[in-house]
Amino acid sequence: MGIIKAVKLCHEYIHRDEEGNVDNIETALDNVDLDISQGDFIAILGHNGSGKSTLAKHMNVILSPSEGTMYVDGKDTSDEDELWNIRQTAGMVFQNPDNQIIAGIVEEDVGFGPENIGVPTKEIWARVENALSKVHMEKYRHHSPNKLSGGQKQRVAIAGVIAMKPKVIVLDEPTAMLDPIGRREVIETIEELNKKEHVTVILITHYMEEIVNADKVFVMDHGKIVMQGTPREIFSKVDELKSYHLDVPQITLLAHKLREKGLNIPEGVLTKEELLERLCQLS
Amino acid sequence: MLRDITIGQYYPEESFIHKLDPRVKLLGAFLFVVSVFIYDNLLGFAIMTFFLGLCIVTCKVPLKFMVKGLRAILFILILTGVINLFLTPGTSVFSWRFINITKQGIYNTVYMIIRLTYLVLGSSIMTLTTTPTRLTDGMETGLRFLKFFKFPVHEVAMMMSIALRFIPILIEEADKIMKAQMARGADFETGGLIKKAKNMVPLLVPLFVSAWRRAGDLAMAMEARCYNGGEGRTRMKPLKYQKCDYIAYLILFIYLGAMIATRIIFKADTLFGMYS
Repeated sequence: MGIIKAVKLCHEYIHRDEEGNVDNIETALDNVDLDISQGDFIAILGHNGSGKSTLAKHMNVILSPSEGTMYVDGKDTSDEDELWNIRQTAGMVFQNPDNQIIAGIVEEDVGFGPENIGVPTKEIWARVENALSKVHMEKYRHHSPNKLSGGQKQRVAIAGVIAMKPKVIVLDEPTAMLDPIGRREVIETIEELNKKEHVTVILITHYMEEIVNADKVFVMDHGKIVMQGTPREIFSKVDELKSYHLDVPQITLLAHKLREKGLNIPEGVLTKEELLERLCQLS
Repeated sequence: MLRDITIGQYYPEESFIHKLDPRVKLLGAFLFVVSVFIYDNLLGFAIMTFFLGLCIVTCKVPLKFMVKGLRAILFILILTGVINLFLTPGTSVFSWRFINITKQGIYNTVYMIIRLTYLVLGSSIMTLTTTPTRLTDGMETGLRFLKFFKFPVHEVAMMMSIALRFIPILIEEADKIMKAQMARGADFETGGLIKKAKNMVPLLVPLFVSAWRRAGDLAMAMEARCYNGGEGRTRMKPLKYQKCDYIAYLILFIYLGAMIATRIIFKADTLFGMYS
């Protein structure tokens, strides 16, 4: 069993009217099976309302399953005694950088998590220092988060999670509100963490360019996992992705179009360099 | 306009006052506010001004930055000034038709404006030099005895620190919404008071909605980071009195003593007193 495993996981949002009667049940997750091994870089794709954020919230026990089971590091998330352990094991970064920074100073915010789990003062300082250096934000440790750019705020949020020494970091559309520069900063930080620290990364996004380096990609639609595989395998199926309202990276799309026109180029080209090489081989 | 509010903001700097224990600063601000209301003569005013000036100089926050905060209360200042000036009964010095300005009225006006200005300056020194977290830490430890009366000290302190952190964010957002509404023809400038207040509705509704959303997001983010109330929490920056804190306490008590002494000894003097 991997670090995160879902078995027939279901989640329903129940809407009630004023008298408390159920008037609408929305199935956000529908029999999801998932197994993620330690140290992997996982990407979860899906358009709005596909259930990807709901899935993420299950990994951190912000939600608990309506049916089925979710295991994080071998612990059942419906076991209330393990709640705080699981939240420590699987840290979570959210979409809006402003709404997840609690303290008015960068270093104090990074220290918030360790404070909550009762880490001794001296150790908190060591962890904060370490976490800030991992996201390259040491320079800003005494700054107010309000004065940072979106990408920097998101890196602070990541540092806040790292300081709790998690085995998994779940990022729920961390770049959705950022400009291209901020987006690159955040993605580079995540990739570095995954490679150097061997933290399992679960990146939820709808930007295709961000996931070309992932080990495995899951595509979700209507609460189900509909595709899974390496980025190359996923991006080879341009038409299938389109049916789930997802786009492939521009380079992949270009290669796909060229192939349709009869050029001898394989499906699932991921980078500019790769396409260039293929094109040179043609002549 | 809205960006001018400096109350509740932190100004990072390395100074003696920045380094002080937040409990000292809280008590200091409290004593200063008390002293603002007990002074009633020129000597007391001089001591108060000297003390405030000393704090402003040692805290290294530019005076311009602090004075900017006064702009937010300008309206209140003018209003209290006008009311005091025209509505205080006493010996008349100037009168024209229904306007009647009295000696006591002038004194009252000067006193009130000084009091309000000093009040804001004094308390903004505290917030400008203390991070919201440390401020609430100070409150939490300083008021720990209230727990005995079942008062949720930690929860209130946490709420305050979050409120302080979100003030600038919400102000920025209000600014943004205002501009967006103005771009679509909303009018926040003209009309009487009631019309102006009515015009604020399209600003307040989206602001309120977004504040709720933010609150929900933040609560989730805090829970995700294992926030579980005050029990079992450790501190990154535990409060511990240093030598400079004891010195500051000493200065504070000397200051308070001096203020009380001027009041007892000099009473209201003739030059600047209210009821001469």
